[in-house]
Amino acid sequence: MNGTQSKPEARHGDILRMEGITKIYHNGFVANNRVDFSVRYGEIHALAGENGAGKSTLMKILFGEEVPQEGRILYQGEEVRISSPLAAIEMGIGMVHQHFMLVPSLTVAENIVLGMEPQRFGLLDIKKAATMTRQVAEKYGLPIDPYARVEDLSVGLKQRVEMLKVLIRGAQVLILDEPTAVLTPQETVDIFRELQTLRDMGHTIIFITHKLSEIKQICDRITIIRDGQTIAVRDVEGISEQEISKLMVGRDVSLDIQKRKAEAGEVILRLEDASYYDVAGRQLLKDISLVIKGGEILGIAGIEGNGQNELAELICGMRSLKQGRIEINGTSVQGKSIRDIREMGVSTVSQDRMTYGVAVEADITSNIMSNRYYKKAYNKGPFLDGKKMRAESARLVSEYSIKCDGIETPVKMLSGGNMQKVVVAREFSSEPSLIVANQPTRGIDVGAAELVRNRLIRLRDDGAAVLLISADLMEVLSLSDRLVVFYNGAITAYFESLDGLTPEETGEYMLGLKQMELRQIRGDILEQQTH
Amino acid sequence: MNSRRIERRFNIIRTLVAIAASLGIAIVIILLVSKDPWNALYNFLVGPVTSLRRFCNVLELAIPLTFCGLAVSMIFSAGLSNLAAEGSFYTACATTALAAILLDLPPVIHPIVCLLIGTATGILVMGIPAVLKLKWNANELVSSLMLNYICLYIATYLIRTQVLDSSLGITGSVSFQTTASLPNLVAGTRLHLGLVFVIIAIIVCWLTLYRTKLGYSVRMIGHNEHFSRYSGMKVGGTLLVVQLIGGALAGFGGATEMIGMYTRFQYQGLTQYGFDGMLIAIIARYNPALVPIAAVFLSYIRTGADIMNRTSDVPMEIISVIQAGIIMLIVAKKFLNTFEYKQVVNQSKERLEEKEM
Repeated sequence: MNGTQSKPEARHGDILRMEGITKIYHNGFVANNRVDFSVRYGEIHALAGENGAGKSTLMKILFGEEVPQEGRILYQGEEVRISSPLAAIEMGIGMVHQHFMLVPSLTVAENIVLGMEPQRFGLLDIKKAATMTRQVAEKYGLPIDPYARVEDLSVGLKQRVEMLKVLIRGAQVLILDEPTAVLTPQETVDIFRELQTLRDMGHTIIFITHKLSEIKQICDRITIIRDGQTIAVRDVEGISEQEISKLMVGRDVSLDIQKRKAEAGEVILRLEDASYYDVAGRQLLKDISLVIKGGEILGIAGIEGNGQNELAELICGMRSLKQGRIEINGTSVQGKSIRDIREMGVSTVSQDRMTYGVAVEADITSNIMSNRYYKKAYNKGPFLDGKKMRAESARLVSEYSIKCDGIETPVKMLSGGNMQKVVVAREFSSEPSLIVANQPTRGIDVGAAELVRNRLIRLRDDGAAVLLISADLMEVLSLSDRLVVFYNGAITAYFESLDGLTPEETGEYMLGLKQMELRQIRGDILEQQTH
Repeated sequence: MNSRRIERRFNIIRTLVAIAASLGIAIVIILLVSKDPWNALYNFLVGPVTSLRRFCNVLELAIPLTFCGLAVSMIFSAGLSNLAAEGSFYTACATTALAAILLDLPPVIHPIVCLLIGTATGILVMGIPAVLKLKWNANELVSSLMLNYICLYIATYLIRTQVLDSSLGITGSVSFQTTASLPNLVAGTRLHLGLVFVIIAIIVCWLTLYRTKLGYSVRMIGHNEHFSRYSGMKVGGTLLVVQLIGGALAGFGGATEMIGMYTRFQYQGLTQYGFDGMLIAIIARYNPALVPIAAVFLSYIRTGADIMNRTSDVPMEIISVIQAGIIMLIVAKKFLNTFEYKQVVNQSKERLEEKEM
């Protein structure tokens, strides 16, 4: 597997080797099982695999955040012990996390020099910090305003700050954990160019991803991990997307979603000029008007933090409406409790699984029962009907193929994908007439995501209305029957049909580069109900 | 799941090791300080079972401890840190005493009314931090802790102004009416009907927590409040109700103690039963079924220490060493963690090898 030729560079061979790495977690989960992984000088190396396959664990070990039970790490030919992230950084290994590790209220320069502050009379020398920032930004072709406050930056720029933070500390090897997950197509193009520049300067980049097209686009080699084991190491040139996906999942996966044309029925959800303000008085949702009918999926595309989350929480009663109107099956949700709204036939998949979706310490049955335990069917006199609850739980566990050692297993022992299956099993099995699916496949493996998507389509075909919010543009585009784009808390585009709509065009609306006429959109959307 | 069984087993081992280690320390101290250590140890460890009267002492003491342990277990199961069980218990003792002195009622009715008044007092006291939390999100830990001292002084005020027996050298009430007391169970001891009440309370608490809608939502809220709210549970109302239940248990416990054990109110300060209840609830991991075991254990070593205090040169306070040791070792989450982790790793490795063979 090392017989292939690589680009000419200053130094040849492997900069880093991880051999026979085994990592077992506290709950007995074997995350890595004798994994071998190596990267060469000056390459972009994709580390691919489903969620839960062990990529993150392997990288945490490399970055000193976890200690393996077995195995050794060779860096520039020497065996090393990486006991902490600090040790990793000193060695020249840097990591850009998926969730940014920045202080939002500080400026770019302050964030970049954090922990290595230039001082003057014992105080932070801001000018020097800014100069250092400019120098490193210029050197790597990643321009940034040192005095900008991080909280005011776009996601793409925040990521750039993260990269500069790593580079200024002299990183030779950069680990990027799903860097494009939160980016628009345009921002993705930018970061790819930047990564290629870094590679040409001799840096080694480890690119964690499960997006196949990105692997083909910029990576030189790929290591595929499945079930905690190294499955394949290949040159990207000699492998097709289909093959990669097959190696990742261990079986053939259809990348296209099969669905028939929507047969829209009655209006189920209707929003008219709904607005929402946070405690500070900032308007997070501006006059949102929407209509969803039974039997169709309305998609919301948009970069995260543009009001989608607030919208989902308004509909299911987690937040209360300030202005405008929300109706479900003709009844206003104003003043209704979350349970009232759920009783009206609303199911929600929250974007934050660990906080809202599951109680990790509780067992699977308890998690599945949380939206129905009070119903007559699950009670016998003053007591809960444990037998019935366990039967229902067992039925759903098998129907949604939740991998576990029985329904008594605490949810914390499940993988992310199986946890999400628990959430989905609960929410989809209550015969909902409206489903608010907020990032339903975030951070879960291909197999689980496939199941969730197919179920959404099945519910649609059975006549439910589906509101799909997703940061995964390909997902919204392939699942939705109609689409709106959110930017800055408002609807900036509306597409009656998705035929011929490209990701690039959608991306321009998501970034606010383009905008449809708002009055026109509102008219078109609300007109839906009269057809 | 294997690792789950290991986790469970280690929870038990951890508790036992914590108890053994603390007892060990206490024994070492006794050996070091006592002139006649073997006699002291004998009385401490075996004393409580050397006579029926002593053994009944253990049970008598376990009754208020169990009531408070149950109260705290219910409240802590919901993820709350309301410590007003102490104040509830103490104030209930005072109002029960008032009822036992001032009301003229026939025999069976009188204790029932006393118990009801005590229970109502407990609910009322516990309701203060609960409502403050619900209405204004006031931290219940702080408000309940402060409240306990207010309770102390209100109860003292009530006794001193209403029913003080000035012939006593200390603050104490006049005698209760004979119609008010609870019947004895074992002649020649003070073991009273409260034992039956406490057994019923244990069963009711366990059923409520593990077999009813209310108990389910309490436990889920304790696990994850956000999840519970999002699933449609009425979090605020449930938290209020479970705290009031806790108050009722502590209040009922106080009333039972008063008219079961005593003929007058003569506490000179907080009883500490509410705080002991916390220790018991933690040892029992908030499970009502385990609360009596923890309560009897605590009551046993206290009775033993008391006997040792009277028969040897080692003071009662040695108990504090044991309690502190247990609390620290059980609360310390990482205690024995490395052993557990090693077992988990070994088991996983074995399973891997089995798979590959």
